[in-house]
Amino acid sequence: MEVLSLKVNGDTRCLAAAPQATLLEVLREELGLTGCKQGCDKGDCGACTVLLDGQPVLACLTLAALVQGREITTIEGLAPAHRRRCAESPCASKQDKLHPVQDAFDEAGALQCGFCQSGMILSATALLQRDDDPKRETIREALSGNLCRCTGYTQIIEAVERASDEHAGREHRPRAWEQPATEPAGEGES
Amino acid sequence: MLRLPPFELLRPSSLEEARSLLVEHGPGARPLAGGTDLLVNLKLGSTEAQTLVSLAAIPELCGIREEAGELVIGAMTPLAQVAASEVVRSRIPVLAQAASVVASPQLRAMGTLGGNLLLDTRCQWINQSHFWRAALGFCLKKDGSKCHVVEKGKRCVAAASNDTAPALLVLGARLVVLGAQERSMPLAELYSSDGAQHLTLAADELLVEVRVPLPEQSARSTQHSAYGKLRRRASIDFPLLGLAANLELDESKTVRAASLAAVALSAQPLSLPKVAAALLGVETSGAQLERAIVAAGALAQRRLKPLDNIPGDAWWRREMVPVLLGRTLRAALSDTGPVNGDPQ
Ligand SMILES: Cc1cc2nc3c(=O)[nH]c(=O)nc-3n(C[C@H](O)[C@H](O)[C@H](O)COP(=O)(O)OP(=O)(O)OC[C@H]3O[C@@H](n4cnc5c(N)ncnc54)[C@H](O)[C@@H]3O)c2cc1C
Ligand code: SF4
Ligand code: FES
Ligand code: FES
Repeated sequence: MEVLSLKVNGDTRCLAAAPQATLLEVLREELGLTGCKQGCDKGDCGACTVLLDGQPVLACLTLAALVQGREITTIEGLAPAHRRRCAESPCASKQDKLHPVQDAFDEAGALQCGFCQSGMILSATALLQRDDDPKRETIREALSGNLCRCTGYTQIIEAVERASDEHAGREHRPRAWEQPATEPAGEGES
Repeated sequence: MLRLPPFELLRPSSLEEARSLLVEHGPGARPLAGGTDLLVNLKLGSTEAQTLVSLAAIPELCGIREEAGELVIGAMTPLAQVAASEVVRSRIPVLAQAASVVASPQLRAMGTLGGNLLLDTRCQWINQSHFWRAALGFCLKKDGSKCHVVEKGKRCVAAASNDTAPALLVLGARLVVLGAQERSMPLAELYSSDGAQHLTLAADELLVEVRVPLPEQSARSTQHSAYGKLRRRASIDFPLLGLAANLELDESKTVRAASLAAVALSAQPLSLPKVAAALLGVETSGAQLERAIVAAGALAQRRLKPLDNIPGDAWWRREMVPVLLGRTLRAALSDTGPVNGDPQ
């Protein structure tokens, strides 16, 4: 066992862990941050995605002992960090809200069972940090390491577009179910 | 949860210290780069280690620099950085393309170029949990005495599955390795044909950097390269077949030099000089090109024999050899690579 000092969601957390402890195990089992999900535990699904110095990585394949001193953000840390930023700026109306990407996922109906959400939202947040108006192709690429077994991805991609529209103060693009239905191609019509 | 087995974790801060720790701890010690292959294999029990020597705190192993006409890429440079590097993208695009289609964004941020070249070979009978393998009966690669792919086979034929290896082969890359002394070797010499022991690197040797000759640019000759990757899910899967092409054209757009390499067949990434020779002297602006592509495809199909080692029916992967080769060559000539995914 070794005493580790980890910077998680802005706080320094000290805990004892074995050298082989993964960041996922430490977050869930030692720090109670169960928003970080364990799906496959071997890199396939992205459910365990966290931000390491702002970049999405997989907690299941990260040794906790090797990320001491780095900035770790889990889903639990997004809204508080957002509120702290708001408190310092004049956007007081948003004070007790979630992070805007979380709101956008909610408003776009971008979830069913919700298991993939923490990872999806963190990957999306990191994307919007570096590109505040991403194209669909860029969104797909940025989320391509996060598997969703439920939604079929459409609403998730719309949620990211919605967050980007909201950020830019643009009118929201219509969601799939708000778009006018296209006539099914009639068979035998001539 | 898939728990990691216990091990000792060492964190050297220099190359010399890392090397002496590997020597001191013997064959039970393994270097740890991004861990995206090694930690998975330790979790599944298909690899064992008593000591992991993390290379993360050794600054000289990370970064990309130009030196005397070569691009020098440190072994610990993350794949995402290789894929995004302006000089890699513009001068040796096949490498940027190959790095950009490895795994997923998270894994490319964690996984390194060195770790990719040293990736363990893959097989659908070994990349499974210990429980699964125990139920089936272990195999030659780990704990067993027979091969489930080649009946009565005496050696493991698990597949090299690293996307950057064929890209670096067609670029003529060399490796700098630190053992008792520092040595340099062509990339092809890193691999052997035994899937259970596919690297010629000794257990206490470290891969330091990859050196790629930068192609000369002139009005008289242009370089065109591309990577083609066959896989079911274009988002994350390992290659079911990977092909890299590097072509040099003269001012009349005739192929003056060609190199091709393939991965995801057997234990070694393969250079394909005979197939590439079919492209020499071909005028790429004329009707000759399509005929040459068909001829090269037929040759490649004879030479490359996908096995039932990795997922995807072997017959289908075999049928896809000429298809992927054609697409990769056209992508190279039009500078539009990578080719990625399941074309059906
Ligand atoms: C879901 C998933 C999908 C993937 N898909 C792909 C894919 O499509 N294509 C692909 O190519 N790979 C894929 N990978 C594998 C892997 O992510 C990459 O190959 C990655 O580049 C490995 O690098 P690493 O730094 O994580 O290596 P590690 O796991 O740290 O190391 C790999 C091996 O190399 C040794 N090693 C590493 N660095 C050195 C060094 N400098 N000197 C000596 N030995 C060293 C280690 O001891 C170990 O044996 C995938 C992995 C996962 C989990
Ligand atoms: S090729 Fe044979 S020996 Fe090698 S991993 Fe597969 S089943 Fe095992
Ligand atoms: S739990 Fe980490 S990638 Fe699936
Ligand atoms: S909502 Fe169920 S996995 Fe994505």
